[in-house]
Amino acid sequence: MLAYFIRRIFSVIVMLLVISLVTFGIFFLFPKMIGTDPALYFVGKQSDPIAIEGIRQKMGLDDPILVQFGKFVVGLVAGRTYANGPDVTQCAAPCFGYSFKTEQEVWPLLLDWLPVTLSLALGAVVLWVIGGVATGVISALKRGTVLDRSAMGIALAGVSLPIYFTGMLVIAVFSDQLGWFGRPDATFAEDPGRWFNGMILPWVSLAFLYAAMYARLTRATMLEVLNEDYIRTARAKGLTEPVVIGKHAMRSTMTPILTVLGLDLGALMGGAVLTEYTFSLHGLGYSAVRAISEHDLPVILGITLISAFFVVAANLIVDLMYAVIDPRVRLS
Amino acid sequence: MTAPLHDTSAAEPAAVATPEVPQKAIEGRSPWQIAWLRLKRDKVALAGGVIVLLLILVAIFAPLIVKAFGHPPEELHEDLLDPLLGLPVGDWGGMSGDFLLGIEPVNGRDVFSRIVYGARISLLVAFLSAFVAVSLGTFFGIVAGYFGGWVDAAISRVMDLLLAFPQLLFIIALISVIPNKLWGFEGSGLRIAVLVLVIGFFGWPYIGRIVRGQTLSLREREYVEAARSLGAGRFYILFRELLPNLVAPITVYATLMIPTNVLTEAALSFLGVGVKPPTPSWGETLSTAVRTYEDDPLFMIFPGVAIFITVLAFNLFGDGVRDALDPKGSR
Repeated sequence: MLAYFIRRIFSVIVMLLVISLVTFGIFFLFPKMIGTDPALYFVGKQSDPIAIEGIRQKMGLDDPILVQFGKFVVGLVAGRTYANGPDVTQCAAPCFGYSFKTEQEVWPLLLDWLPVTLSLALGAVVLWVIGGVATGVISALKRGTVLDRSAMGIALAGVSLPIYFTGMLVIAVFSDQLGWFGRPDATFAEDPGRWFNGMILPWVSLAFLYAAMYARLTRATMLEVLNEDYIRTARAKGLTEPVVIGKHAMRSTMTPILTVLGLDLGALMGGAVLTEYTFSLHGLGYSAVRAISEHDLPVILGITLISAFFVVAANLIVDLMYAVIDPRVRLS
Repeated sequence: MTAPLHDTSAAEPAAVATPEVPQKAIEGRSPWQIAWLRLKRDKVALAGGVIVLLLILVAIFAPLIVKAFGHPPEELHEDLLDPLLGLPVGDWGGMSGDFLLGIEPVNGRDVFSRIVYGARISLLVAFLSAFVAVSLGTFFGIVAGYFGGWVDAAISRVMDLLLAFPQLLFIIALISVIPNKLWGFEGSGLRIAVLVLVIGFFGWPYIGRIVRGQTLSLREREYVEAARSLGAGRFYILFRELLPNLVAPITVYATLMIPTNVLTEAALSFLGVGVKPPTPSWGETLSTAVRTYEDDPLFMIFPGVAIFITVLAFNLFGDGVRDALDPKGSR
């Protein structure tokens, strides 16, 4: 068990290193190919050559890529000191560097954006798990009825709708026309009521997409489980239908759903790019798109790493949870 | 009873006098014929298939359709826009017999012809990137599953790594640093090529995993052993013995991958890193709509519905294909 855990942690670290190296490579090598200088992004196009040279020295942009990458990794763990003669800047661990655009430290920026992304993801996950799993279970139990058919029809339509289209639709209808809900323009700390009101549309649109997927998955899994022998045994020995479904069938149905849930949640915590973009929520995903269009390498690198971290961590947690949900699984 | 066989068979038809009935009952069907029969009975899936076919025809004959019913997709009609607001003059987004679906705000292009031409980009990128993903996924999956050992370990690691990437972010980042001219391509041709390669590249691990798993179970079968004992080479076994038996699962996942690719392409063009205007694409049209939908909501409906219908049709058809090829699955 302990050996397994250590090995997994090790592979997580290797994976994160490879992902950041690849991201680093893309943004270091491609500007070279098209002949632009990363230092230019940092100081703006009209600065004088001495300032550019100074920045280049200070940020170490002249070093070979592997040296730069090494310094970046060391900075993450132990902090980093940028120096060019008397001009010294101290960056505490975890040091993701400074934004090329705003010259702010990246780590505090990430901490600013993270709560927005997390509140979107966590609010939506509650809605979609309740809605999707309930719909799927009911559909499976009422298989072939009008209820089942219409629920599955809506679910299929749901997975076929692009989130930015549904997002624009609900804004146009519920915010602009009916005026029921506001736009997400206040943080929780500023005005909790306004924040909640503004988050309803993003939560519901994002949750609808996932609820549709989960309803389909739950229904398919539940139907498979209901065909198992042990369900017939449970019924044969006289258990009531709620116990058979609720205790016996649900347990097996939940295993694949929890797997997908862990991975989806991990991916969303790294930024729901399209939802954040559509609703102008300034979370990780929105900021990533903006940073990419501004070639703001340190910010992109920071967000990519955080996102990858969540995905990899979710993978690990799901694997560990298997052993809890399904006692037959042995970790090795 | 003791009479020679050919005697009985020759005598029987005359004796029974209804020769057609027993012959009809024994009709050999290949698995593909059975699947086709099952698919034919699935009316919803067939409807999806017909819509897919229509969309493909629209994409192929886009120039003819636009010539008959619309204006060239890149032609600007600024005279038909309100000069102050940049919105089309007239009700319903400027819809008329001349402009079937109205006029695009800001630029004044014909919405109908942009939707029709948009089908080309959407389907082209979706099909080609699915082809890239399926080719890579099949090749690496089959190699990993058959050879095992370190080859399998290496390929599986790479697949895990690709699946752990924040894909959308990464695709955006990758496309945004690609210059306007590369390897002799430029403009929208280069954009489309990049989209196809990038979407296909991030899609192959999904196919690869499935093919690897199937190969693992197939390689222990007797017919593979038989081929090996007859002296068949590795690549003969891989591509002539194993591959034909993998076609069914690959077909299912390829059909279900196409709608995902349609959505990805539209999302990228929506975020401004896919196809660039004036090349028409549904995602690009929607991103124009972001700026004006609060004043001209009708304009965003058409590209949105176009994406929706396309993805839905492929999903319906793909579900049908899966049910037809995999009779164990319950509906």
